[in-house]
Amino acid sequence: MHEIHYEAPTSLEQAVGILAKHGDSARPICGGTDLLIQMRAGVRRPHYVVDVKHIAALTGIAFDPKSGLRLGAAAPCIEIFENATLRRHYPGLVEAAHLIGSLQIQSRASVGGNLCNGSPAADTTPALIALGAVARLVGPKGERQVKVEEFVVSPGRTVIQPGELLVELLIPPPPPHSADAYIRFIPRNEMDIAVVGIGAAITLEGDRCTAARIGMGAVAPTPLFAAKASQALVGKKFDAVAIENAAQLAIEQASPIDDMRGTAEFRRHLVGVLTRRTLERAAERARRN
Amino acid sequence: MAVKKEAHHKYRVVGTRPIRPDGIEKVTGRALYGADYYFPGMLFGKILRSPYAHARIKSIKFDKALKLPGVRAIVTADDLPEADRKPQQMGEQQVSPYYLSCNVLARGKVLYDGHPVAAVAATSPHIAEEALRLIEVDYEPLEPVMTADEAMKPGAPILIDDLRNQEEGPDQPTNVATHLQFKRGDLAAGFDAADCVIEREFRTATVHQGYIEPHASVGIWNPDGHATVYTCTQGSFTVRTLATKVLGMPEGNLKVVPSEIGGGFGGKTTIYCEPIALLLAKKTGHPVKVTMSRSEVLRATGPTSGIHERVKIGVTKEGRITAAQVWMAYEAGAFPGSPMAPGAMTVITSYDIPNLLIDGYDVVVNRPKTCAYRAPGATAAAFGVETVLDELAEQIGIDPLDLRIMNGAHEGTQQPFGPVFKRIGFIETCEALKASEHYNSKLTGANRGRGVAAGFWFNAGFQSSASVYVNQDGTASVVTGSVDIGGSRASMAMIAAEVLGLPIDEVRPVVADTDSIGYTDVTAGSRVTFATGMAVYNAAQDVVRQLKERAAKMWECTPDDVEFDNGVLRTRGDVLQPQQLTLKELAARFIRTGGPVVGRASVSTGGAGAGPAFAAICVDVEVDPDTGKVQILRVTIAQDVGTAIHPSYVEGQLQGGTAQGIGWALNEEYVYDSKGVLRNTGLLDYRMPTCLDLPAIETILVEVPNPTHPLGVRGVGEVSIVPPPAAIANAIYRATGVRMRELPMSPPRLMKALQEHRNSREGQAAAGR
Repeated sequence: MHEIHYEAPTSLEQAVGILAKHGDSARPICGGTDLLIQMRAGVRRPHYVVDVKHIAALTGIAFDPKSGLRLGAAAPCIEIFENATLRRHYPGLVEAAHLIGSLQIQSRASVGGNLCNGSPAADTTPALIALGAVARLVGPKGERQVKVEEFVVSPGRTVIQPGELLVELLIPPPPPHSADAYIRFIPRNEMDIAVVGIGAAITLEGDRCTAARIGMGAVAPTPLFAAKASQALVGKKFDAVAIENAAQLAIEQASPIDDMRGTAEFRRHLVGVLTRRTLERAAERARRN
Repeated sequence: MAVKKEAHHKYRVVGTRPIRPDGIEKVTGRALYGADYYFPGMLFGKILRSPYAHARIKSIKFDKALKLPGVRAIVTADDLPEADRKPQQMGEQQVSPYYLSCNVLARGKVLYDGHPVAAVAATSPHIAEEALRLIEVDYEPLEPVMTADEAMKPGAPILIDDLRNQEEGPDQPTNVATHLQFKRGDLAAGFDAADCVIEREFRTATVHQGYIEPHASVGIWNPDGHATVYTCTQGSFTVRTLATKVLGMPEGNLKVVPSEIGGGFGGKTTIYCEPIALLLAKKTGHPVKVTMSRSEVLRATGPTSGIHERVKIGVTKEGRITAAQVWMAYEAGAFPGSPMAPGAMTVITSYDIPNLLIDGYDVVVNRPKTCAYRAPGATAAAFGVETVLDELAEQIGIDPLDLRIMNGAHEGTQQPFGPVFKRIGFIETCEALKASEHYNSKLTGANRGRGVAAGFWFNAGFQSSASVYVNQDGTASVVTGSVDIGGSRASMAMIAAEVLGLPIDEVRPVVADTDSIGYTDVTAGSRVTFATGMAVYNAAQDVVRQLKERAAKMWECTPDDVEFDNGVLRTRGDVLQPQQLTLKELAARFIRTGGPVVGRASVSTGGAGAGPAFAAICVDVEVDPDTGKVQILRVTIAQDVGTAIHPSYVEGQLQGGTAQGIGWALNEEYVYDSKGVLRNTGLLDYRMPTCLDLPAIETILVEVPNPTHPLGVRGVGEVSIVPPPAAIANAIYRATGVRMRELPMSPPRLMKALQEHRNSREGQAAAGR
């Protein structure tokens, strides 16, 4: 029989100790909305599941106007989109978190878990990339920080080493006159994984764009930071020409595949459509800030 | 919901909307479904399935698995007798017991991803699953054949070595199991007489019924050779026949107890887990439960066929159809038996056409063996014909519903396969839709369009039995062998209450197991309210006859002198001294007048065509021009339903079929990789519509009574699924200018078509300059 042990550490030190001891045969569990399905399908077969929901450092949500947001890796999505401060400062991240699953799933699933699952199609990851979020990891050798766009290395695999644990996501405070947005395309109106998801954060001074970041999901083996498309917007007048230029650069960077959720051709087309729509939505919000 | 009163003003219970008698158990979670049965000492069975679409099984080794503590038995095809190869008629389907057996457990070859190869019984489901990993199967992979087009090519890999058809002869191995043809008149002359002829080609995808309850069965085997299986099925007697054929046991030795059923739509009219659970029970001496996961349901139970279709239709400029030709190839899955025949029999039967040629092919491919799905074969077939009719109506400049009304079948029209229609309501149905508020409303806004289409399904009759027991307190119970899949308990109770003059809540409907009621065919073909309803009607009449005899005995007259009206027995006043007795009063005296009154009846109501039904639908859509995503804005369906016994459940059938038709049209499809392995094995990526994808579905019940039924009942369950895909394609055309000829009309496919359309328009514009 394949035995499974459940561990529920209450401190970071304990958790790291258990994870380090069991190496690849241990897997952290938060809401389990991905892991349990993978275990049932036989995709992952851990012998130790390490519940991280009892560690205070992983469940907090703290916003400071100067230093930004510290988002505990295990904080459930429902606490994010029920948080008025987050709704005001990070509407794009909130709409991404809101898209994940039903009410029941949202009460279990976390943004940290969404990232650690390593899916190229995760909804919250492009939103985090757009915000310039950084992941703080703690492991047996101490702690380190990794940019979210560098966190996933291939489908289902991340930079996390055996024994390491994602503690929190550090998100800078939103500059004045800025806002973010996230839009995904799905074939139905609910229940689907993103065919393409685009997150964008922009800062507008008058009609000029002074900062921009675009994150892309489901268009490559990992979530991407659309660096060229983002750069092209900065310092320019924010108009239809600039948006179209950014959309074309985003399409160039995408390297999607054909699968059951869409063809590569269709996905490239959607990158253009959604980049335009997301930038317009973020800009509309920014003009109000 | 509009109900056009035409038939049932004369009824007291029929046509009302009482609360369903099985409702409370279902909403409180007390009703027992297939997976809910537990017995002392019960073991759990799991099935090992092929990871290949097409392969030869060289060996199966299970010593290691058998040694795992908790494992009690392992079975393979070697544990089944070699079944009869000759196809047999079983209810609505022709079945070869040999192919059925090979589908239950693969024999020599696996023919699709998910094909069962072996099964394990163990003391827990987890041990059984673990044991599956320890079974070693040595496969020799073969080239998979995934579409009818590939399978029909000369030199295509052959799935079934000894499959032959009449045309190609006894020496030619083939993947074509059957070629069916219907002919009428002079096709060439018919097309010559037309002013406008359109010929188009269509493709539809493999789609699943999407019933929410996965298959589940518990087998119990007694040492004396008698066995019982608790199972979720649409037909307990069908399970008995099929399972005993596969297991090589006398039919009467198996009792089948049907559970409540969480949907079937045709997909639960065959067997999967039942013989495996019984075989494992026989081998272990314990009850064994086998339940499927969603992924097993999608990989290995019967969806319906994807088809390739060519349609050519000619009309005069006045709108008279002069000739039609239809060619269709249906993917049967791994074994012969697609719904090609009913597809060919329904494809253009709504219309009265003098010159016809219909060709249908049943083709095996490396996909799961198809099973019935709501109006089997008709939806895919109608997609082509109803789209071409829309194009023709546009070409000659007449309303698409008028084109259908002008050419519509009516009483006396001969169907392409022979029989002549009795009283039907196709034209009334199209007229009702044409007169609807929806069809006459204005559709405004960019990227929006409205489409219509119609459909036909003949509905089945077959055999049913019923018993009606009058209790001592004057209430009654109605026992049938028809699994209640769409509210039929309510309808059966209502029919008995109508005849017996009882209030509906004094009649209890019961669905019995195969030992407790006479033979009854499967709950399918929209036959239950028609045929089982007729048996219930007759059984209740049998009760009335006996009640009159009892009263006559008491009043010392003949039964002919007794009248029965609305639950009261009376002497006929013109003949005798007035006497009167209620059913309740008489029931209290059964003990002194001959004992309990038991009414019974059985009927054999013929095959297909027992109560032909037609539907016409109007759909408004909005297309996102940037993504190709379609929103359904509004839907109205009109259907010829005969007498609506319980109008709410009739409306529910219309809405359910329409919802499934919308799913079929927009997003549902089996996606296989290049090796023939199914990629979308869950409901996340097998995309049925959610409630957020559907508007409220408006219904118009057109009640044209069926002359072959005492209450005028027609089957109502199936035809509603037939017209939606074509109507949506026609609506998309009006929204975008693009004709879609392949299902599903999913965003990637529609977006591609929109881009091609724009490019060609730009090309034309450039050429024009």
